[in-house]
Amino acid sequence: MASHHPPRTTNHEPRTPWLVRWLGGEHLVLWLVVLSFVGLLPFTPDLASRENLANLLLTLLPLLVLACGQTVVLITGGIDLSACAIMAVASVVGGLAMNGDTGWLTGSPWAAPVGVLLMLAVGAGLGALNGLSVAVLRMPPFMVTLTTMMAGGGLAIWLIRSETIYNLPPAFNALGGRLALATLITVALAGGAHLLLSRTLLGRWLYAIGHNARMAHISGVPVAGVMLAAYVLSGLLAAAAAVLYTGQAETASPLLGQRLLLDVIAATVIGGTSLFGGRGKVLWTLGGVAFIKLLDNSLNLLNCSFFTITMVKGAVVLAAALLDATRCRLLEAEA
Amino acid sequence: MSALLQFEGITKRFGGVPVLRDITLTVEAGTTLGLVGENGAGKSTLMNILAGNLRSDAGRIFWDGRPFAPAGPAEAAAAGIAFVHQELNLFPNLTIAENLFLTRFPRWGRLPWIRRDALGTQTVRWLREVGLEATPETPVERLSAGERQLVEIARALSLEPRLIIFDEPTTSLSDRETRQFFELMSRLRARGLTMIYISHTLDDVLRLSDRVAVLRDGALVAHGPRADFDAARLVTLMVGRSLNQLYPTRACWEQSVPAPAVRPLLEVHGLTQPGVVRNVSFTLHASEVLGLFGLMGAGRSELARMLFGLEPFARGAVQVAGQPLQGNSPRRRLQHGVAFLTEDRREDGLALEASIADNLALVTLRRHARRGSGWLNRSALAEAVRSIRAAVRLTPTARDTAPARTLSGGNQQKVVLGKWLLAEPQVLILDEPTRGIDVGAKFEIYQLIHQRADAGAGVLLISSELEELIGLCDRILVMRRGELVDELRRPDFDRERILRAALHERTAA
Ligand SMILES: Nc1ncnc2c1ncn2[C@@H]1O[C@H](COP(=O)(O)OP(=O)(O)OP(=O)(O)O)[C@@H](O)[C@H]1O
Ligand SMILES: [Mg+2]
Repeated sequence: MASHHPPRTTNHEPRTPWLVRWLGGEHLVLWLVVLSFVGLLPFTPDLASRENLANLLLTLLPLLVLACGQTVVLITGGIDLSACAIMAVASVVGGLAMNGDTGWLTGSPWAAPVGVLLMLAVGAGLGALNGLSVAVLRMPPFMVTLTTMMAGGGLAIWLIRSETIYNLPPAFNALGGRLALATLITVALAGGAHLLLSRTLLGRWLYAIGHNARMAHISGVPVAGVMLAAYVLSGLLAAAAAVLYTGQAETASPLLGQRLLLDVIAATVIGGTSLFGGRGKVLWTLGGVAFIKLLDNSLNLLNCSFFTITMVKGAVVLAAALLDATRCRLLEAEA
Repeated sequence: MSALLQFEGITKRFGGVPVLRDITLTVEAGTTLGLVGENGAGKSTLMNILAGNLRSDAGRIFWDGRPFAPAGPAEAAAAGIAFVHQELNLFPNLTIAENLFLTRFPRWGRLPWIRRDALGTQTVRWLREVGLEATPETPVERLSAGERQLVEIARALSLEPRLIIFDEPTTSLSDRETRQFFELMSRLRARGLTMIYISHTLDDVLRLSDRVAVLRDGALVAHGPRADFDAARLVTLMVGRSLNQLYPTRACWEQSVPAPAVRPLLEVHGLTQPGVVRNVSFTLHASEVLGLFGLMGAGRSELARMLFGLEPFARGAVQVAGQPLQGNSPRRRLQHGVAFLTEDRREDGLALEASIADNLALVTLRRHARRGSGWLNRSALAEAVRSIRAAVRLTPTARDTAPARTLSGGNQQKVVLGKWLLAEPQVLILDEPTRGIDVGAKFEIYQLIHQRADAGAGVLLISSELEELIGLCDRILVMRRGELVDELRRPDFDRERILRAALHERTAA
């Protein structure tokens, strides 16, 4: 039918204003990170010091790993409030197993690898619990993971009666404490998550479910299985983050990552991942995490109190949400 | 001369692609304008500009002689323009009354309390007008698609507008509802209401309009009094060439070609679900197009949903190619080679925010994934998308990465059809596959259906358009109140007999 149509002029995007193009661009947040870095530099020259950058990177890594898990779950239209609690449980279990004083694995040359596997198993198990409740019992993700968060937090404290566990195997501590190693692990995990989402069947299924679960079911997507996988993955990544954090601190503690949950969700959403599902990328999340961390770090260097930092962060998250809404409106008008 | 509405040089582009080109058109007060054009010709876009949902890039609108540029739908509504959209826009969780009066509940003076009594009586009045028998307190989610459409129309009427736009209002209405709706239109016309009527059923357009305007590729190619047009001329104007046939002919219908060997593909025995279907048994053969006719509520869609594992059945057995169906999920059905295009494309068929390519590929993704890792072969995937886009003749201006939402209604339907055809199913169940599709594209879709059957698949075709079934099928089953009541074979299709069977009288099968 089209053969008789007048030729179509397909001069794409003729005069899109640069501001709109920039605001609508995929890497807006990464640009913001660069801009704020340059903008903050005159006030806090320390920001660019080698030592500070290393420290910044070291604390950014576990947050990124956590946020990758959150991204996967948000894409399905769910949410994982329990990620940080899972991290705490994994940390404590790892500590109980590996510490040189009372650990079950004390003295064994396999203490570190077995300990790590045990931590991952805890993460996967708790994630599976979330996943089964959401996918099979069809409970709302918010309620399910809130419950897991509370129970997990309690469990972690109960397991070691509020003690902190020291004396972990040096091989284990190196995983999170040695910058090069921790970076390598994080890059592998985040890269894996990126490839999973963008290049694999499971990835496409995750997005399809987030867009329209009913349609996905009719189109032959094994919806329950994919949802389960999303929460297990989030649990696994939370456990991996626990390995990094615990190693970094050289102590296992139930308070690990207590204040992290909001950072994780804020970073993911600032990056551009939608709370309504169907939209999100690891690369965006990287931008969000970098932004939050940079903010934290520079405010710290400016000697702001914890409360000020929290308030400023809240304001910035609000601004980011506003920016996102504006950007959507602009794009809509341009479309 | 009393022009109520004038478009002057209206132009609109989406991302650089022109969608409306310099439209100049006048609508006289009290007349009905029929607006026709292919899928994606720009009909809905033009109406969206008038109703304040979109802004034009150039050109002006005069409303009642004065320049008019509504900033939003509320402003257009206040000016007296009501718009019954192509897609349903109701809140399913709210009641009929709440949907009708959402923006202007009757209240106690200026107090913020709703007058429930007034709400009820006013709603009843509008429901009576459109012929919908339901109480105002009924939640919209309990209504059928046709009844929801009637609620949309009632909502438009309740604004007491001066101009009302109907964008393909009859696609989800039953025969009876459609007739009632046409009666309503003539009542409204008698009252002097101005109307714009958009439809792909050209006979309806010719019957109901005073003037007709034809859009092609965003340009107004013809405009004049109804008497200047007939269906054939409209088609020629719309698609740019004449169509001498509405339905393609299958080679196997010619006497000289031997009929294909009869091989049962889908066998249904005594399917029963209390209150829905009763003792339904039939066989769909390879290379056969089997029509399923019935009035709305006869249980056709429900039967199809049961066959595809979306709804349970109490008794009965289903076999595909001699094997009993296992499990109860669409995924299992697909593994048996069964595909099902549902009637509700927005809820069941599309991810509106996902890209066109992702929508098209979803059903067949697994074929392009490596076993174990699930790693996708992206070039093969892109190739599959390219081929199916061409096969269903999706508008070439839309990019693969554009969200499905940005497609015109008919093109969205082509995406849903495309994703199922890509699976090359053995058994293809189609529930109203040509809803919202223009005449030219319909012919192409009919050809695709026949091609699938020629390739050995069995097609179960559900349609409310009897003509379509008679034009396409090898055999037609008639369903009434959950039971199969008649069966006819080409070339002995008898319109009268089919309608009688579907309505009431039981004829000897
Ligand atoms: N938001 C949008 N972004 C990009 N393109 C759009 C958008 N909305 C519509 N279009 C394009 O504009 C063209 C006209 O669409 P429109 O919906 O007006 O067609 P239509 O004549 O109503 O067709 P149909 O009969 O299928 O409903 C289509 O090619 C469509 O893809
Ligand atoms: Mg339209």
